[in-house]
Amino acid sequence: MYGKGRIIPALLIFLGLMTFPLWYNAGFAHQAPKPEKPAEYKECVRPTQEMRTSHMVMLNQWRDDILREDGARKGVTADGTEYVRSLQNGCMHCHANKKKFCDTCHTYTAVKPYCWDCHLEPKEAM
Amino acid sequence: MRVLKALIAVLALVVIALVAAQVPGGQSLLGRVLPYVAFAIFLGGFVQRVVYWAKSPVPFRIPTTCGQANSLPWIQQNKLDCPSTKAGVVGRMVLEVLLFRSLFRNTQAEVQQGPRLIYGSSKWLWLFALLFHYTFLVIVLRHMRLFTDPIVPFVHSLEFFDGLFQVGAPVLYQSDLIFMGAITFLFVRRLVLNNIRYISLPADYFPLFLIFGIGLTGILMRYFLRVDVVAIKQLTLGLVTFSPVINGQIGTIFFVHLFLVCALMVYFPFSKLMHLGGVFMSPTRNMANNSRMVRHVNPWNDPNIKPHSYASYEDEFREFMVDAGLPVEKEMPAAQEKSAE
Ligand code: HEC
Ligand code: HEC
Ligand code: HEC
Ligand code: HEM
Repeated sequence: MYGKGRIIPALLIFLGLMTFPLWYNAGFAHQAPKPEKPAEYKECVRPTQEMRTSHMVMLNQWRDDILREDGARKGVTADGTEYVRSLQNGCMHCHANKKKFCDTCHTYTAVKPYCWDCHLEPKEAM
Repeated sequence: MRVLKALIAVLALVVIALVAAQVPGGQSLLGRVLPYVAFAIFLGGFVQRVVYWAKSPVPFRIPTTCGQANSLPWIQQNKLDCPSTKAGVVGRMVLEVLLFRSLFRNTQAEVQQGPRLIYGSSKWLWLFALLFHYTFLVIVLRHMRLFTDPIVPFVHSLEFFDGLFQVGAPVLYQSDLIFMGAITFLFVRRLVLNNIRYISLPADYFPLFLIFGIGLTGILMRYFLRVDVVAIKQLTLGLVTFSPVINGQIGTIFFVHLFLVCALMVYFPFSKLMHLGGVFMSPTRNMANNSRMVRHVNPWNDPNIKPHSYASYEDEFREFMVDAGLPVEKEMPAAQEKSAE
């Protein structure tokens, strides 16, 4: 092999970069997020699995529907609970603690919804 | 036909993944075993290929010279296109690797009426190749959110600037659009230009289709067929901490995405994609054109064979040369000439 002096260090740097996640994560305790579910309600506006995957799609649809198409501001869950189709007054009415619910998942997956630039977070006491 | 072969190969991979994700144990195989195998082949194959290249001796200076070489003091040297120093080579390589400088010089030959052959500048390939590679990099870096916990800080700023226009939810990333547009251009270019299509092989189309498939499944997953990203992160973070678990329901589309990525990793070291390592190893780029200043001795010369100059060659064979009527630089000594006659 020729040029050992340059090629071997270069290969080591390459391997180091490629395996970055393998050594970066060592030494941290990893815990999957456990969003705190509301105590006074039993079900969400849609089936739980659908909420887990697509709640942001739904929020976007609500927003367009209500603000552009003059859609309904109220909805009903499968078992008849009435809710407000709204970010602040709907989602956050049941999921009153943003930090212990929304943020647990979002921090875990590096999501920072910009909604809170304008919309108000529920107060801690609620 | 060469296009079809490559397309069928990629579609076959998609079908394999779709089927494997349905059979019991298949998800575990695709999600918890295959990534390790593919990654090991990728790293091992990459190192092996680089070492293989490093075994070829390059005794002489063979850089492509694209400008005026170092010459007399009053002739201006083109220091980047014909570097004669280490600094020049480093500058040339940096521009080559980061900005694809040699592609920038790409020309297109065209026969006009006459017939007249005309060379024009052609920057489209350079532009789209650059866009393709940089968006690929951004996407891969952004994927680090799935592989790090706590998340590496650059991910947040990448996501912020990439979603600056705040279109929809989940936010649309510009880099996704540019990535798909650029790879489509690279593919269409091969199809539409007759001369390029003529020299394109399945090995040229296959990586294009494969990477297109990876991008398409990723985009489907993010914007259309939503998946449970939290469950996926438990798997991906598990992979890099050697304890992969599959919790909850992960959509089939994720396994197609992952399987295509694994196929890419396995394919990489044995294909033209190795230009990732190759660009650094090209003697035509990484050598200084200094043959006029430094004597480069061939390393595998046999030390027992001494240099044989023309003067000593003539000394050895003068008699025979004169006999055969060949011109010589130094005539035979007079006395000997007599006796020879
Ligand atoms: C009527 C009260 C109510 C409203 C309104 C509501 N949720 Fe829920 N949500 C719940 C309950 C109760 C659960 C737990 C369901 C379960 O455990 O199966 C839940 C579950 C979820 C989950 C799944 C959590 C997990 O860990 O699996 C998500 C995500 C979610 N909600 C988001 C939202 C969003 C976003 C909105 C607004 C669009 C919203 N919810 C509106 C009551 C509500
Ligand atoms: C530029 C400020 C701003 C941002 C950012 C913003 N909103 Fe809004 N949003 C508003 C305003 C103003 C209304 C109108 C309130 C009304 O008329 O009831 C609204 C209304 C809504 C509504 C319907 C009714 C209601 O009372 O909630 C939904 C749903 C909604 N926004 C969701 C979102 C989501 C989801 C995001 C983040 C992806 C977001 N918004 C970001 C300003 C904003
Ligand atoms: C089960 C975990 C989980 C919970 C609980 C959760 N989210 Fe999310 N949310 C996610 C994930 C994961 C994404 C990112 C999806 C992606 O990148 O494809 C996301 C994305 C979003 C987005 C789109 C952000 C963007 O800029 O793309 C909004 C808006 C959002 N969530 C709102 C909420 C609100 C409001 C709540 C609380 C009521 C909530 N989410 C609770 C997991 C969760
Ligand atoms: C060659 C490497 C890869 C390429 C080019 C690629 C490409 C993409 C693209 C273009 C997207 C759309 C969203 C975005 O841009 O962030 C995406 C999403 C995604 N990719 Fe990849 N990917 C690659 C490797 C991987 C790997 C190795 C995994 C996991 C093991 C993975 C998992 C995901 C997931 C879960 C999503 C959905 C994210 C979301 O919904 O926000 N990808 N991919």
